[in-house]
Parts: sequence; structure tokens; C-alpha cells
Amino acid sequence: MDPENLRYTKEHEWVRVEGNVGIIGITSHAQSELGDIVYVDLPKTGTVIQQGKTIGSVESVKAVSDIYTPVSGEVVEVNGVLTESPETLNKDPYGTGWLVKIKLSDPGEPAKLLTAAEYQAFVGTETS
Amino acid sequence: MIDFGGWDMPVQYGSLLEEHHAVRKRVGLFDVSHMGEIEVRGPEALRLVNYLATNDASRLKPGQAQYSGMLYEHGGFVDDILVHKVADHHYFLCVNASNQDKDYQHIVMHSKFDATVENAGSRYAQLAVQGPRALDTLQKLTPVPLAPIGYYHFVDNAVSGVPARIARTGYTGEDGFEIYFPPADAPRLWDEILEAGAEFGIKPCGLGARNTLRLEAAMALYGHEIHASITPWEAGLDWIVKMDKGDFVGRQALALQKDRGVTRKLIGFEMKGRGIGRDGYEVCIDNVGAGWVTSGGPSPTLNKNIGLCYLPATHAEPGRSIQIMVRGQAVDAVTVSTPFYKRTK
Repeated sequence: MDPENLRYTKEHEWVRVEGNVGIIGITSHAQSELGDIVYVDLPKTGTVIQQGKTIGSVESVKAVSDIYTPVSGEVVEVNGVLTESPETLNKDPYGTGWLVKIKLSDPGEPAKLLTAAEYQAFVGTETS
Repeated sequence: MIDFGGWDMPVQYGSLLEEHHAVRKRVGLFDVSHMGEIEVRGPEALRLVNYLATNDASRLKPGQAQYSGMLYEHGGFVDDILVHKVADHHYFLCVNASNQDKDYQHIVMHSKFDATVENAGSRYAQLAVQGPRALDTLQKLTPVPLAPIGYYHFVDNAVSGVPARIARTGYTGEDGFEIYFPPADAPRLWDEILEAGAEFGIKPCGLGARNTLRLEAAMALYGHEIHASITPWEAGLDWIVKMDKGDFVGRQALALQKDRGVTRKLIGFEMKGRGIGRDGYEVCIDNVGAGWVTSGGPSPTLNKNIGLCYLPATHAEPGRSIQIMVRGQAVDAVTVSTPFYKRTK
């Protein structure tokens, strides 16, 4: 199940807000569709990113997929675990498989994204 | 599930990597019912097959199969196929799913012989049992001794009481069998093979593992290494062309190309830098565009990122430094000889 306390995008990313920081990742559906992940390319700390833009890529055995950031702001932390153990993304996409932490430049953005129920409904129409 | 030439096919059942390793170390089961079948029967069946396909079917004995190519007059591939000799006047062709109708039309259009051609895809389901324990798995379900069946040979017998063609062929680089039988029995046979292989650690495998396995074995995939603009000389498939067997469709163009010299050739590569060269990526030599990747990805067996690419024939030899353009960045790679993986017998 996709956690209720996160917000989602149609590009299969999620964001969890903690204070003025948004932690972002990809959904369980996304990691499952990609399969065994072998590379994760992420922006460097300090990079300023804009909602909806490509900030990196996730590459599995069978395909490569862009990551679009669900929120705007400055990258304040990058999940280094993914460099050595990209499979963490498959095992725990909502926990230890997070991608980057972003200092939000527009704290109003997350509320405009999909709720868990809306995301699940979207995935349902996409896969049926 | 993905749409593959009109067929809903699973890319993976669980983990692609686990499926891949199951085939290399134990056994895997593939549903390849999408593959097409064409039957050629009649007094001149051999003449027809030999006129349409590049290999020499006259060398086959009943119960023997061969890999072959079907070409256009200009020498490019219509398809790559497996030719099975069932009897003196009966040949059974296994063709690529998406090419089935095109192949059938091509054969009928060029047929000037006393033979009938049947587009028989709907009469056959196909399952592939592949891996070092494939024989042990399948033997539990058939009375015919499988060990004596040589590589690229087949027998018509029964699997779980269903009449089946059992061929020792495959697309994985491992030992194994491909079985053809009536589609109505497919769900039951699928379950029974999985049950028979359970003690050996069998896994159902999807298109994803099929692709990583064939890439390690450097087997061509239609639409990637071979297509209408590629000739067998370019694809390194000289061994399936028998120029001395008599006329066949595409022969003249091949003779001309051999005469003039091939300008591009298929070669393997290994990534040196961080990145994966995938289908369609540009290949550079000294940072100048020189060719393109036809297939590429991680090799789960070798733990490297590998691929196949076309390069100018003058540069297509192993050991050359090349660069693959991975999403705008040049990543170092080196050309290598193929196959990347060869099983130890």
C-alpha cells in the first residue's frame, strides 16, 4: 500500500514533508515496474531544482527511467546508500530507499499533488 | 505485462535477476507461444525452403533443425528462423512472432514450387525449458529418452500425454528444450512442468530474462541486430549462408556485397565507465560518431555491462576503445569478441 501521509505524482514519485524539507522517492509501483535497479543517478547537494523537471535517473536491468522532482527547492541531502546498494530502492522505496531531501522553496506545492487514494486510482487506470 | 507484437507478455514474473540466474544454474520455464510456426509440405518442400532460406536445408536429416535466415532480394533480413526437417517432404519453420504474417506472405510470394505453405501459428503453443536441469525436469513428463537427442535435433513424442515436438534448441546459451504442442493444453503443461521442476528450483521466466540471457550468448534479436537493412555478412552470420547450394532470394545481393566488401560489422562491447549502453545509443570512436548500439544491458552472469553495436568494418575488431553516448555523456567502453558467455559442457 502507498502510505497515506505522502503526496504523489503521475510520474510515480512521492514526497514526504518534514518541517521545511521535502523527502522524495519513487513509488512501490515504479520500482516494481522497473524491476531490479542497478544504477541511481542523483543531483549533487546544493543543486536548485524546479518542480516537474528531471533531476536524475533510475536504471534497472531492463530499462532506464527519468526522475522528476515533485517539489522545487535546494537539494540538502542525497541518499548515499543508493550508490553502493541501488537495490535498496526495490526493497524499501518509502523508507531507506528515499532519493534526496529538498529544502522547499514553495511549501504550498506538496498539497497540490495527488493523495495516496488519487495516486492509486491513477495507477489503476494506467495498468488496466 | 507488455504488448509484444500484439501478445500480452510478462517481462518478469518476480525478479528478472533471479529468473536469469535460475536458467544459468538450474532451470527456467518460458512461455514463448507468441513465436510463429509455418509448415511447408509437398514434393518440392526442400527446394522451396532452400530457395527462401540462406542455410542449406538439404544437409538436414529428419529430426534435425538448423538456424537460418530469410532475406529480401537486396540482402536484408526478412527474419531469422529455425528450420526443422520433419520428413522428406515436410519442413516446420519457427519464426518470430511479429514477423509471422510477413514471413508467410514472403514465402507464398516467392513460391514457384510444388509445395503448400501453411501459416500454422494458431495450432501451436510453445514452451521453452532451459538450463542445466532442463533435461531432468522434462524427462519426468515424457517417455522418450531425452539424453540421446542431440543439440539442434528433435523428436515427436508426448509431454504429459500431449502430442508434442520436443526440440533441443533454445535462446539462452544453456542446454534445454523447446516444445511445440496444441494451445488448448498449454495452461496444464505450464503447471506440470513447474511442478516437475520444483525439486530443481525451476522459475517461470519472462521476456526480460530471455533478453539478458540471449544477449550474454550474443544471439541476434530481430529488430535489433538484424532487420531489413542488415545483411548476414554485416551481422556476423556468415555461417548460416551457404552460397554454393544454388540460387536463393538475396543471393545475388550477398555476392555483390562480398565482392565490394562489407562496410559495417556487428561487434560486442563492455562498458568501462559507469553507465549502460542501450539499444539505439550512439557509438563514437575518438569522440566522433561511428555506429550504434543494437542491444545492451547488465550481464547478470558476468557482472558487467555489455552490449552489441555496429561499427565501420575497418574498426570492428576486439580491443578497441570506444565511447557510448549515454544520455548526452560519452562513457568509455571497449570492443570485445562474442559470445560474452559460453557454457561449460
